[in-house]
Formats: sequence, structure tokens, C-alpha cells
Amino acid sequence: MTTVLYDAPGPRARRRNLLLGAVGVVVALGAAAFVVYRFAVTGQFDPDVWQWILYKNIQLLLLDALLNTLRAFAVAAVLALVFGAVFAAGRLSDHRWLSGPATAVVEFFRAVPLLILIFIMYFGVSRGLGINVSAFTALVLGLMLYNGSVLAEIFRAGVASLPRGQSEAAYALGMRKTQVMTNVLLPQALRAMLPTIVSQLVVVLKDTALGFIILYPELLYQARFLGSQVQLGSPILPVAMVVAVIYITMCLLLSQFAHYLERRTRRTRPGDPAAPADGTAVEMEQVRVGTP
Amino acid sequence: MKLRHLAAGLLVGALALSACGKEGSPGAESSGPTQSVAADVTVEGSPTFQAMTQRGRVVIGVKEDQPGLGFKDATTGQYSGFDIEIARLVAANLGFGPDKIDYKAVPSASREDAISRGEVDYYVGTYTINDNRKQLISFAGPYFVAGQSLLVRSDETEITGKDTLKGKKVCSVTGSTPIQRVKDQQLTEPENIVEFQNYSQCVDQLLSRQVDAVTTDDAILKGYAAQQPDKLKVVGATFSTEPYGIGLNHDDAALRGKINDILAAAAADGTWKQIYDSTLGKSGSPADPPELQRY
Amino acid sequence: MNVLLDNLGLYMSAFVGTVELFLVAAVGSIIGGLLLAAMRVSPVPVLRAFGTVYINVVRNTPLTLVFFFFAFAYPRLEIFDLSFFARACTALIVYTSAFVCEVVRSGVNTVPVGQAEASRALGFTFGQTLGSIILPQALRSVVPPLTSVEIALLKNTTIAAGFAVFEAGGIYQNLSERGYNVLVGLLWVALGFLILVVPLTLLQRNLERRWSVAR
Repeated sequence: MTTVLYDAPGPRARRRNLLLGAVGVVVALGAAAFVVYRFAVTGQFDPDVWQWILYKNIQLLLLDALLNTLRAFAVAAVLALVFGAVFAAGRLSDHRWLSGPATAVVEFFRAVPLLILIFIMYFGVSRGLGINVSAFTALVLGLMLYNGSVLAEIFRAGVASLPRGQSEAAYALGMRKTQVMTNVLLPQALRAMLPTIVSQLVVVLKDTALGFIILYPELLYQARFLGSQVQLGSPILPVAMVVAVIYITMCLLLSQFAHYLERRTRRTRPGDPAAPADGTAVEMEQVRVGTP
Repeated sequence: MKLRHLAAGLLVGALALSACGKEGSPGAESSGPTQSVAADVTVEGSPTFQAMTQRGRVVIGVKEDQPGLGFKDATTGQYSGFDIEIARLVAANLGFGPDKIDYKAVPSASREDAISRGEVDYYVGTYTINDNRKQLISFAGPYFVAGQSLLVRSDETEITGKDTLKGKKVCSVTGSTPIQRVKDQQLTEPENIVEFQNYSQCVDQLLSRQVDAVTTDDAILKGYAAQQPDKLKVVGATFSTEPYGIGLNHDDAALRGKINDILAAAAADGTWKQIYDSTLGKSGSPADPPELQRY
Repeated sequence: MNVLLDNLGLYMSAFVGTVELFLVAAVGSIIGGLLLAAMRVSPVPVLRAFGTVYINVVRNTPLTLVFFFFAFAYPRLEIFDLSFFARACTALIVYTSAFVCEVVRSGVNTVPVGQAEASRALGFTFGQTLGSIILPQALRSVVPPLTSVEIALLKNTTIAAGFAVFEAGGIYQNLSERGYNVLVGLLWVALGFLILVVPLTLLQRNLERRWSVAR
């Protein structure tokens, strides 16, 4: 699509682009070299601060931390999907007494920062009400409430993006509201929204890192713990690099899966009236980026 | 040369992840005096002790991120420190050797819960005795009296005590009593108060010159100073009194009496001193066992 | 109610901290995002590649990790000293720019091809095409989602509380020191965010409704 903006370059443009490219390469390489240089000067590549990686206990510790991250992610993702489905159904209901509160709940949890939700669960509920909430539960519940609300909005937008004719035809065939929803609208909406849903799951995975702030022993927490081990040379930067690679790899894989789904959805339904037009594509993008 | 080391290290690391890695610790193992395990101990009327004996093991709540006090070595999984040695001393005198101890790291916020629910038999970890806590649990001890003090870099000359903090960045743990005291007594300007989740983060900031002092109980600070004596030092007189006790079930007076006896004996025969010198004493400042508060 | 009234000063200064952080990071992220977007749509392959890599890496990195890097790792590099506030702003800008860039880029892509072709036929350069034809039109489809991104940024400022910057996310810690009910205190914080976020959300939806019919 970017070619919209310019013609195939002529000789002068080619020269100019080449120059700009060269400048870009120099700047980027220069910046990268500077960072690497600072890393090297401050001893971040010394074998001493990397020896931690050799210890079996530390490998097990990191593995355990990774499992903790994945556990929080898996539980929160399932709960958020359920929460989203329930509240999307609530919002789509024809009954005011149902759709009103459902809308209020969804809007509330979308407007409050996730970290505040987690704090409310972890500190507020345990100290205020005397119910003991573990860091895991607080993290998972916070993730569920926030991402569930975003997912509810995604589900609703998916159903709303379908052409009116779909439901009109279904009603004309004598289907009831529930039948229309479950047999006609939802299957199409889910299919159209699947990439967006998976993208939202990337957000869930990323946000498990907030557990660090309430001392849930996930990857980032253990990275800080290892980084403060003096007998290993306080290797906080090396550990942070490794943990960053783990996080980014996991999220990239999930994002790539979302892209793959998106491509597949687009490929299998050319000219399908239910295929999201450009407008809804932007709208979907919007729902997705409106997240931390 | 270094690069080759690194590459080799990474390669080995990758291999190790798929197979198995190095055991042991890079640092010198330092352990306190070995305790002789008492035999045939009975504590009449103590439900906690009864549970321990039935289990055959003792579960001790500790801290795992306080060097010199309660610290878990990430490479070996071994616990070490002054609090740990006190915990071992008590366990040995109750008839449980080091191989019969399960340590459980309990964060400060949930200590009372862990004790009253019986998740740990007793808790040893920079636990200040105070009246609020006495309503939920009970304390044996104190086995150490700490006081709020200041940790600075060893090249620091301007900070000598709590009244020299003006204009300096002071770090402590969010929501902790020490930082509140700094605020209340206006020891430094509000914008110079820096709060993190735990003391290790503060010490990290101190070492990278982002803050000028870390304040909390001197025992905790000495732990860090003992770990890196060439980089850190504890300065100034203490400006609070924090008696550390062993946290126990609220109603278990029998076990409390027994642990107090153990602590009294250790203070009398010099075991306490040995434990102190092998752990916190390495920071260079001496200490004596405190007077017990029996109740 | 007492929790709020007794600590009004605390709440005020905390939310002022939040708004400061938000404003600096919002301006910074829009500038950063525009630069990145310019790279991603530019005719220079190297710049495009750089933009793409940056977006893909940053969008798949947890914000907490970005904060972690600037709070704990950056000082170790001994480049130059930045205050905790400046580092929190940098972390937010680095992260949010990637999202701003994507919004701007997809906005640019919604402008019909014919527009650019026509402007090129008139002899406009790349810069002129972008500045006078594409961007003014793209703005309509960019501003509503851009508002969402900035709303997310506003909420994300709370993470700075875990890294020694005083703002609304840190209120609870002060309340618990002072012995107030943390739950009630946190609910007031949530309400504070509703007051900040809801007008922005309404603005965004309003813009979306009014501007989407234009095409």
C-alpha cells in the first residue's frame, strides 16, 4: 500500500533515496554501536556477569518463572474470554435492565487502569475486606476484568459489523433472537474477529508482567531477583536481555498467529458481503490499539 | 578473547538448558556454627509442636531477599543469614536437624496470615515486635534489636546521620515505616524521597548513583554492607528501636516459653555471638544479645 | 468520603503527577510516532525496514519490561543521568510511539490511491504529496484511534508508580502508611481516572461518528 505515495523512482530520486538510506544506515548503526559500546565499557559482556546462565538452579528458577507467567496468562485468557462473551451478550440484549448494567460494567473496567484494578484486588480487597487474595489471583482477576471488557467490546463490534440483511433474513425464516445470534451472527462475527481476539491475547500475555509490581514470581520478578545476586556480579542487564528475548519471542509468535488468521480470513472470503470493509478494519485496529 | 568466552558461555548455557547445568555456588560457602540436634524434646501443651512432630519436619517462614539475614542463593537454593541461623538454632533445640527443615519464603505483607493459618510453624525474618501484631500472633524474643539507620556508598562523606539528609535522595520500600518516619520528621524534601518495592531495588539504585542513601533497620542495611563492604557502609546512630521477634501462633504460649528458653541459653553460652559474628558481624559493627521480653 | 477529604492534597498532587507524565509522554509519543510513520511509508527501504523492526519489537514487549529497563538497567550503562521522571517519560514515549505510528500509517493507507496519483500527475514531490494531500485527509481517520492510543497512555502512566515516580498509581501506598482504608482509597483513584478518561472517550467517539461519514 505504501507505493500509493510515490512513483517508481527516477535516477535523481534513486540517488536521493540511496543517500537517505545510507544516512539511515549510518545513524542506526551508529546508535546501535554506541549502545553496544556502552554495554561493553560497563562490563555487561564480561563472562562474569553471564555465568549465572550456567547454573542448573537458575535455569530451573527461570523455567518456573516462565511457567508462572504462562499459568497467569492461560487462566486470565480463558476467564477474559468467558467474561467477554457474557458481557457482550448482555450488551447485545434487547432488555434495557440487562444491557444497561452490562454496558456500565464494560465501560468502567475499560476506563480504569489495569494496574489500579490489580491493586484493588490485591491490596484493597485483602486489607479492606479482610479476604486474603494471593498475587496470582489478583493478577488474574485484574487481567480478566480489563481484557474481558475489551473482548466484550470486540465481540459486540463483530456482531454489529455484520450486514443487517443477515439477521433480517434469519428473522424472516422464523428464527428466534437466540437462534439468530447463535446460528447466524456469532459464527460469522467470531470468524471475522478471530485475529483481533488473538491480538488481544497478546495484550494479556504482555500484561502478566504487571505481576512484577505486586511481587508475583513471574519472569520479570525473577529477573530482578537474579539481578540483585551480588555473588553472580549483579547481572541485571544480562538477565533483562534474556527475559526480554523470551517475552518478545512469545508475543511475536502469538502476533504472527493473529496475522496468519487475518490473512486466512481475508483469503477465504473474497467478495463475501460479510467481509469487513475498510472502515471496520480500522475500527478493529482501534479496539486493539486502545490497550496498554 | 572476552567475546569468545561469552560465545562459549552462551553456547554452554544453551546446551545446559537442554541437558543440565552447573551445581554449586560461585561464592565461598559461608555457614554459621553447626548446632547439635537435641533429642527427646517435649513441649507440653503446644499444638504447633505436636503438628511438627507428627509431620517429622518443621516449616519455617523466612525472607529470601535479605542478604546477611534471610537470603536464598539462586545458584544453590541454599538459605543463609542471621535470621536463618537463629531459625536453625531453634529448630535444632526442638529436635529438628538442618535436613528436617523446610523454608518457606513469606512476603512481609502476609506474615500474620501465614502464621495464624498454620502455613508456617514459626517465622524468623526481620519481624518487629509491636502491639498491633501481638493481637494477631505472638512473639518469642527479641533475638535482636535493630534500629533505623542509613546505608550509603563507601565514598560518601556528606551523609553522616539522619540530620545530614537534606537535599539528598533517600530510598526505602513503599509503604514502610522507615520512609514514613523520614517524611514525618522531614529529614529530606518530599521530592527527594524515592520508593521501590523492596530494599534490593533501593540498593541497586544506590550503587548506580540514582539515590544517595537507603534507610531502614540497621540489620537489613548491615546485611547489604557485609555483602559488598568495599562499596557500601552503614552510617550514623540509629533513630528508632525495632526489636526482632520470632513470630508464633497467638495462642501457643507453651512453644513461646520453650523458644524463649532456647534463646536465653544461646545468649548465655555464646552461641548467639558466634551466629552474629559469622553473619551480620562481617559488616564490622559488633552487637550483643538483647534482653528477652517474656509475657 | 473521609479518605478522600482527609487526603485531598495527596490526591491532587498525585493526579497532577499523572497529568504531567501524560502530557509530556503524549507530545513525545506523537512526535516519535509521526517520525516512525514517515519512515514506514518512505521510499527508502532501509528506513522502512528499521520502522518495521522497531514496531514489531516494541509492540510485542511488555511496557513493564520497558520501564524495568529504564529504571534498573539504564543507570548501569552510565550514559548520562536522567531523573526518575525523565526515565518514566522515555519509557512511555518509546512504547507508545510504536502504537501512534501504526495508527498514522493505517490512516495514510485509507486515503484512496487516486488522490496520490492525481497529485503526482500535477508534479508534486513525495513531501508535498504527503504534506498537502495525504496527511490532511488521513487526519480524519487518524485522530479518533489516536485518541484511543493516548487514552491507553494515560492509563499506562500508573505503571510508573512501581518505578519510583509519584503519581496516582502510588496513592494507595501512602494511604496504607497513614492507616486509611485502602479499598476506599483505591476506588477514589479509579473514579479519578474515570473523570480523566471518560471525556476523552466521549470526544473520541464523537470524532469517530462525525468524521467517519465524511468518506
